[in-house]
Amino acid sequence: MQQKERIRVYTWEFPVRLTHWVNALSVLGLSVTGFYIGNPFMHAVSSSEYIMGWMRFIHFVSAYALLMSVAVRIYWAFAGNSYASWRAWLPLTGRQWRNLVGTLKFYLFMSRKPPRTIGHTALAGLVYLFVFGLFVFEIVSGFALYSLTHQGLLWTALGGWLTGVMHLQTIRLYHHLAMYVIAVFVAAHVYIAWYLDLTERSGLVGSIFSGDKFVTDREWE
Amino acid sequence: MDKEPEREVPAGETVYEALKKRGVSRRDFLRFCSMMAAAIALPSVFSSRIAEALDAAKKPYVVWLEFQDCAGDTEALLRASKPTVADMLLDVLSLEYHETIMAAAGRQAEKSLQDVVRGQKGEYIAVVEGSVPVKDGGVYCCIGGRAASEIVREVCTGAMVTIAVGTCATYGGIPAAEPNPTGAVSVQKAVPGTPVVNLPGCPANVENITATIVHFLTFGSLPPLDAVGRPLFAHGKRIHDNCERRAHFDAGQFARRWGDEGHRQGWCLYELGCKGPETFQNCPTVKYNEGTSWPVQAGHGCIGCAEPAFWDRMTPFYKRLPPPPGFGVESTADSVGAGLAAVTGAALAAHGIGRLLSGGKKEGKES
Ligand code: HEM
Ligand code: SF4
Repeated sequence: MQQKERIRVYTWEFPVRLTHWVNALSVLGLSVTGFYIGNPFMHAVSSSEYIMGWMRFIHFVSAYALLMSVAVRIYWAFAGNSYASWRAWLPLTGRQWRNLVGTLKFYLFMSRKPPRTIGHTALAGLVYLFVFGLFVFEIVSGFALYSLTHQGLLWTALGGWLTGVMHLQTIRLYHHLAMYVIAVFVAAHVYIAWYLDLTERSGLVGSIFSGDKFVTDREWE
Repeated sequence: MDKEPEREVPAGETVYEALKKRGVSRRDFLRFCSMMAAAIALPSVFSSRIAEALDAAKKPYVVWLEFQDCAGDTEALLRASKPTVADMLLDVLSLEYHETIMAAAGRQAEKSLQDVVRGQKGEYIAVVEGSVPVKDGGVYCCIGGRAASEIVREVCTGAMVTIAVGTCATYGGIPAAEPNPTGAVSVQKAVPGTPVVNLPGCPANVENITATIVHFLTFGSLPPLDAVGRPLFAHGKRIHDNCERRAHFDAGQFARRWGDEGHRQGWCLYELGCKGPETFQNCPTVKYNEGTSWPVQAGHGCIGCAEPAFWDRMTPFYKRLPPPPGFGVESTADSVGAGLAAVTGAALAAHGIGRLLSGGKKEGKES
């Protein structure tokens, strides 16, 4: 088997894996409850129910979880290993640019093999940067809406300031639309993870649980 | 300073004396004072302070200007069938100039305005209703041959305080909505640097106008204002947080269509586009027409009329969110989302099939 000639590389450190899964769960929770807040598809039979109340409660608890998780991950982008570094999010080197082009070619069936990469490909790095931007936007716009009922320095700093820049309805609209953009990312992300796992055989899907990737000698140079 | 203009206005009368003449008893007056203390969110001990102030305060001169407006705020003030002391207070102020209700006309009317502006400089209250057009030299609204922008500057810079009433005067309102053909602006923008208190709403609530004036007469200062110039006592809280239908919101009981079961049950109007969650005013507690009712109580969602740019930003009134820009007015955030989901699904499926066709062979070769 190919697996035999491969080297095990500890790629994703614990904070990376932890924040990945906290992000995944909280974004899932935020999307389901946020969708309900936008379109209350279930109606209560009796006034003593508390459906919208719970949805909003879960939304806000998950919101704080996402906030912490994004904060930890940003910290780790400076404190973690080279695969976690912020440098992996931006194509700064010539090598990253070649990797970017190579990855694109591979996804478009223009080349057979993906460029050799251990951490993120340069393309993935860019996409993750964009998705982190979306998370930050959701946090800022979300706390802007939250600040309507929670006056205080903390919430003003986290998002309340946005109400002075954007109209409330515009904030709500983009807070809602960003959910769909995140959903597109999630779909593509899961598909690509599965697809690469199949073609690269680097144990990509498993790596986000264990942290280990399996690469060939040539990749590990 | 004490140069009285030569007119039959009984100046020198105090606010309380004037009210008494209108048949307001001392008891009603004191009740009104404690109501005002509550309205401007002061502890009840302040009601005696207010009473003292109104006992002693000379009736201030008031000029009421109207520009690009529908006279709705004037109507709100005049339509009281059973006027409360609050309505009457506005009435008994020396309303020296008010185009809609004054008897004088033409030159005579313009003269009474000039009398106040010249004779009472710094001593009168200016109330402005309607927006001020500034495009093309302000030709779109002229009174007595003078542009509104010129009149407002003269009157408001000489006033001790300017109160902009209604959404047009406070934020430009409907005249300033896209594409704003007359270049309409708010009073504050028309007279930058002059202190203006904004009492938006369509119409502004008479109780809030009165409370603002009472605050001014009692303390000699404006009440605390929010970031867009509105008194916090009237605009500090969201409609949604004081709404009588809020329990239905939290429960998850919503009217979906006009006249459906939920609507008849008086459930929350959120899905019918209620803008209560985005609007700051005390409608649910103060209500309109002597506390009779307000839109949500009457079964219609809030349209956010007390917020800046409401005509452009709170529309469509019967949908919760505006259409996403660039997708046409019929689209919604969710239809755009559904479209995105369909495109993504199709793209991923196409990619998967592409791999089967091209990559399937490759794998066989490699291993
Ligand atoms: C991935 C992250 C998030 C997603 C996908 C998401 C999604 C949504 C959606 C779809 C809505 C309904 C908007 C509408 O139609 O009006 C909503 C509302 C809201 N979200 Fe989020 N959200 C996220 C993060 C956050 C965060 C971090 C906060 C911070 C506190 C937050 C606070 C709120 C608030 C306050 C509302 C309005 C609730 C109400 O008015 O009752 N959201 N969210
Ligand atoms: S009717 Fe409007 S203001 Fe009242 S609870 Fe429902 S959404 Fe909020």
